Amino acid sequence: MTARAERMRGWGFVAPALIWTLAFFVVPFLVMGAMSLATLEGRTLVWGVSLANYAELTEKAYLWRAILVSLEITLTVTVVSVLLAYPLASIIAFRVPPRWQRLALLLAILPFWTSYVVRSYAWLLVLAREGVVNQALLGLGLLSEPVTLANTRFATVTGFVHFFVMLLTLTIYANLIQLSPNYRRAATDLGASAFQTFCHVTLPLALPGIVTGAFLTFVLCIGDYVTPQILGGNTELTVPQVIMVQLGRRADFPLASALAIVLMGIVTLAYLASARWLRLDRL
Amino acid sequence: MTRLPALLLSSAAATALTGAAHAQELNALVWCDHTDPALIEPFEAAHGVKVNLREYEGTGAALALLEQSRPGDWDVLVIDGIDVFRAVEAGILAPLDPADLPTGDFFPEVVMAENNSVDGVTYAVTEKFGYNTISYNAAKVDPADMENLATVWSEKYDGRISIYDYYLPVMGLAAMAEGIATADIGPDDLETIGGVLSTMRARAASVAGVVAAQTALATGEVDIVVGGGEWLTAVLAGEQPDLTWTIPEQGAVRWAQSIGVVAGSENPDLALEFVKYIVSPEGQARLATSSCFWGMPANAKAGDFLSEDQKAILRWDSQPDYLARSQLYPAPDADLDIEMQDLWLETLQQ
Repeated sequence: MTARAERMRGWGFVAPALIWTLAFFVVPFLVMGAMSLATLEGRTLVWGVSLANYAELTEKAYLWRAILVSLEITLTVTVVSVLLAYPLASIIAFRVPPRWQRLALLLAILPFWTSYVVRSYAWLLVLAREGVVNQALLGLGLLSEPVTLANTRFATVTGFVHFFVMLLTLTIYANLIQLSPNYRRAATDLGASAFQTFCHVTLPLALPGIVTGAFLTFVLCIGDYVTPQILGGNTELTVPQVIMVQLGRRADFPLASALAIVLMGIVTLAYLASARWLRLDRL
Repeated sequence: MTRLPALLLSSAAATALTGAAHAQELNALVWCDHTDPALIEPFEAAHGVKVNLREYEGTGAALALLEQSRPGDWDVLVIDGIDVFRAVEAGILAPLDPADLPTGDFFPEVVMAENNSVDGVTYAVTEKFGYNTISYNAAKVDPADMENLATVWSEKYDGRISIYDYYLPVMGLAAMAEGIATADIGPDDLETIGGVLSTMRARAASVAGVVAAQTALATGEVDIVVGGGEWLTAVLAGEQPDLTWTIPEQGAVRWAQSIGVVAGSENPDLALEFVKYIVSPEGQARLATSSCFWGMPANAKAGDFLSEDQKAILRWDSQPDYLARSQLYPAPDADLDIEMQDLWLETLQQ
């Protein structure tokens, strides 16, 4: 086979992925970028190169607040999900007998099988003033009157964490299961305590799985509209919610696109911060 | 028969069948109340056609979808009554012959010719209306308190209120609470309206869409929905008769939805038949009691096809009084719309 033919063959193999990426990522991204530089004059879309939509971020406090709310919720969800998912993944990987691990993982991801929207509404009912949590606490005498749990940031974070713990458990488990038990045995033989083994051996080796899962959690959480809309009760707005408002009645695609570009910028920064440990091939 | 004529015949038959199949389908961009099979199936059966329905939320989203579609993709559009002019400006709606529409049988206040026509040409017809007012649980609040907007969002009901998540009707109610007519809302009124919104927001447990507001009221999470109405509580009335609504002394905001034929429709005659069916007394009765949400039919003759129980839930006999005490949605121009939306979002973020 000539070098030219080999090159053509190579292109033939990558062409589907290349075309897919161009059609469904590059072109839409460029259109969105161009749209963010357009303006809405009255109700007419005017194409051009204007930074007016980005300037609105500095002029309108609620837009900045939406970015801050999104970041606060996303970081909280990511940290809490990691803290809950790691022990679960560790127990499945190291304590559950291999023949039961599949079943344990299946049980861990079982909630994935229900609709995301239905799951969010289910949480709304659970956290309601007359829901299971309040009734249980009242019944146990721990509360004298119901507390407000639904329609709060706590509810949004709870809904998110329930979803992302499953995702993180999978990514961390996939990483932990690849670690040879000899590393931990060697550390123990050398006199390391269980805590020292965890800090200096297991955790550093598990970091790619943790960071990969945390990054996916960050990306999915910061762009999500459904959970804060249903569980947060609009008591505060995230960026995706503000984007939806711009599109709903006024069809302000330019401002919505600018906000989406800002979200992409935040995700890019998160990627750069975690790139050192990101190992998607470990999944 | 040789092979070539057979092929030609079969392809011709296939073409005819395909054409027939196309002629038998109607594509409608609608609100969820039109997706009730009890409303659509009688039309499909009577005309031997299939009606494809797609729901949308927000006029902006609908107009964007229509502008990006090919001519002929859509046949019928249901749209907020105050936004018909936007669809006309965008060239989306086709003219209708007023003689085809039974507006003479309508409640006069909801014919709204000024909303459904541009430069004297009719483009849409009102099909359903109702009120954004106060929904509440009569077992949990004092019904007398619901007769005045000031007491609705008073300290007494702190944390027991949900606000309907749409800025136009809620800001309309806030304006009416301050004695400002919805039609007169201008930039100078926004500070006053913003003050009312802030009070309302401070008392509210949530700002909720239709399903979330219904859920909150039905589960006891809140006892009052500001901006609610028959469209919110009627579908719950059977199971929870304590959930009801009222029009307070300051009045209520009136919503209205219109229906029209999309310009460039490939089935304009069928589309017109669909519009005529929807505004006919039978169609109106079915639309009024749709499983998604109830609302008053624009055509008063629909009363002949509604049961007494249904009319009681819709408050049929009170309509003359309600219509007199309600004001149409605020219909801001583009600039005021931006200011109102900004004020709404600022209030939510407080």
